[in-house]
Amino acid sequence: MEPAMKTTPTQNWDTNVVLSVEHLTMRFGGLLAVNDLSFNVGRGDITALIGPNGAGKTTVFNCVTGFYKPTEGRIVMRHGKGFQSEKIEALTRTGRQFNDDGDDRVFLLERMPDFEISKRAKVARTFQNIRLFGGMTALENLLVAQHNPLMLASMMTIGGIFNLPGYKKARAEAIDFAAYWLEKTGLIERADDPAADLPYGDQRRLEIARAMCTRPHLLCLDEPAAGLNPRESTELNNLLQYIRKDHGTSILLIEHDMGVVMEISDHVVVLDYGEKISDGSADQVKNDPRVISAYLGVDEDEVAAVEAMIEMPPSERTPIPAKPAASKAKKKPGKNGKGGKS
Amino acid sequence: MAAAPNSGLMADSVKDAAIAALLVAVLGFFFFALRTDIGTGGLDLTYRWGMWFTAIAIVFAGRLLLNLFVFKTAKPVTSGITITVPAALTTVVGRFLGPVLLLMAVGLPFIVMVLFPDRDRQFIDLAILIMTYVMLGWGLNIVVGLAGLLDLGYVAFYAVGAYSFALMAQYLNIGFWTALPLAGLLAATWGIILGFPVLRLRGDYLAIVTLAFGEIIRVVLLNWYDFTGGPDGISGIPKPSFFGLDFSRTGGFAEYFGLDYSTIHRFIYLYYIILALALITNFVTLRLRKLPIGRAWEALREDEIACRSLGINTTNTKLTAFSIGAMFAGFAGSFFATRQGFISPESFTFLESAIILAIVVLGGLGSQIGVVIASVVMIGGIELLRNLGFLKEVFGPDFEPTQYRMLIFGLAMVLIMVWKPRGIISSRNPSAVYKERKKISSDMVAQGEGH
Repeated sequence: MEPAMKTTPTQNWDTNVVLSVEHLTMRFGGLLAVNDLSFNVGRGDITALIGPNGAGKTTVFNCVTGFYKPTEGRIVMRHGKGFQSEKIEALTRTGRQFNDDGDDRVFLLERMPDFEISKRAKVARTFQNIRLFGGMTALENLLVAQHNPLMLASMMTIGGIFNLPGYKKARAEAIDFAAYWLEKTGLIERADDPAADLPYGDQRRLEIARAMCTRPHLLCLDEPAAGLNPRESTELNNLLQYIRKDHGTSILLIEHDMGVVMEISDHVVVLDYGEKISDGSADQVKNDPRVISAYLGVDEDEVAAVEAMIEMPPSERTPIPAKPAASKAKKKPGKNGKGGKS
Repeated sequence: MAAAPNSGLMADSVKDAAIAALLVAVLGFFFFALRTDIGTGGLDLTYRWGMWFTAIAIVFAGRLLLNLFVFKTAKPVTSGITITVPAALTTVVGRFLGPVLLLMAVGLPFIVMVLFPDRDRQFIDLAILIMTYVMLGWGLNIVVGLAGLLDLGYVAFYAVGAYSFALMAQYLNIGFWTALPLAGLLAATWGIILGFPVLRLRGDYLAIVTLAFGEIIRVVLLNWYDFTGGPDGISGIPKPSFFGLDFSRTGGFAEYFGLDYSTIHRFIYLYYIILALALITNFVTLRLRKLPIGRAWEALREDEIACRSLGINTTNTKLTAFSIGAMFAGFAGSFFATRQGFISPESFTFLESAIILAIVVLGGLGSQIGVVIASVVMIGGIELLRNLGFLKEVFGPDFEPTQYRMLIFGLAMVLIMVWKPRGIISSRNPSAVYKERKKISSDMVAQGEGH
């Protein structure tokens, strides 16, 4: 049942993998939220996880970041290059959480508690409903994110109490690093304001800055563009591009704003009812008939008929539903915009 | 136009006042209207209809007036009464309040001796009591104010500290200064032991279980008769020495320094011990707040899930808050034991926990100065209300003012909480500053769990 597009030459996410989700299943009582889901996140890619409401995207996120323990499946995070199959198989048999391999560690995230995933596996996340420390300043928020290195520098608080020079230096560096991210997110002027005082768009960016202060290898963003105006949305795109290029951080994001998804994603994974229905580049996915039917809520064969019935908006705003259905899939997937009725 | 809403106001007010009066009539029937006295061959019943009607009438009239002028009207008369303090004044006061209070605290015994030469013992003793509560408040402030964990059993660690010293003195003949750090360590250990199962709980459940643990410790102390002496308590707890010098009539502190012997010396000494202990608590707390651990506590109070997403081990962070808070309670407890010379489980009831928590809440969660003010108001206030003799002049010789002590005190607390719902000092000082230090208003700061 794999879509025909899978025939394209090997992509970054097939070979250079930072995170692989393998046969992930999550069951809440009788509800099957995610069913046998497998996908890869390429190193240095921006990967989008999309799907209609209730498709299980946030559940996948919570499994990856350890907030849920998956019912079945394996989630592997790699710090080293390559797929490292043998290492992972060996690790899986030992029952340990990660191997001791210097900088090339692999982590089995489904075995790790949530805070260890951020601390050791270096997976950071943001939340759909912003979770900042509202009563603390923007700067303090970013310092909390550097808790673990600062704890070490303060010798588990003992050196800090006596204000030893080692801690002083680490503290100054932490503030510099926080200031760097405040600068990058355009919040430096508000560094000493409580986070709850910031406008919504600023709070979204501050949350990303805070996640980046944990120096992650993989950044998971749960609907980062939700509630942003078009200008802020563009700024967000630039910020994510910057994070990916200049820090080499891979990004996995859930997003409903197709403008953002199609513009910045290298790789799109589409979920519906907890199952993967499409996986490929943005262009491949938006021409996939199964995606179109999932978004329109009809059978694949009916898509054409439905399309004819309803007035499609210009595809720039909602490219996926606006694209022609299977009958036209053979056509070259050019720049969007020609999606209307023929 | 004006008449219609007015008549509506009147009707509403009368209706509401009538309901209140009816409630009083029902509730007060057995308390006001009927009175039973033990008489010959049973109970004598007397009717006091006048008193009952008076109570109903007072409630009706009071409620009606309040409705007309405060509750129901669009322009309540109370709207004019707002206490505004100029911002400049608050910053000046904020800057100098701490140092001034510190200077006062350091010089207090001598100020008291000069001002009240015939009541100095009493006042220094009261100052010691207040300072003990300041220290306990500062200790609990770490748990409740910073980490946001509602601990209703804080007195348990106070008890552990007190009993550790008392038992060590009784069985091992250990003096105060050796026992003090051990008592703190023991209390901190108990904090970890009790905290480990408890801290997985959240909110109200945490509060209930800490309350239960507080009671368990007290009940164990009460029933382990062979070891702790049960309800008889432990007496003869040694007094602290001053570098080996006792405060005794001969061969002690006074003789060594060529002073005339006076019992006040020991009180002054005890006062300085508790002052030093309290200041250490304050120093450590202020220091910890600026360290990663303190910031993690505050972050935990704000949002636990976000903390975990940033790689903070929340269980360990909570445990450190719990055990450091417990340690200071342990220090305070062993001081309490040495000051009293006698302890029994009576001293460690839930009421103590409630008073300490009230001090923290009244002072403003997380505020150090607030705890001091609240301790002075609460502990000093209760004691002050013992001396209400002048009210006899107003209400006649039959009036017993000490009976109304708790009533007046409760009323004062209600008024403070109405005026300042987030405590006396409710703004938060950021722990790190980039350019400019700005106070954070309390309505942004989360209160943590179980509030």
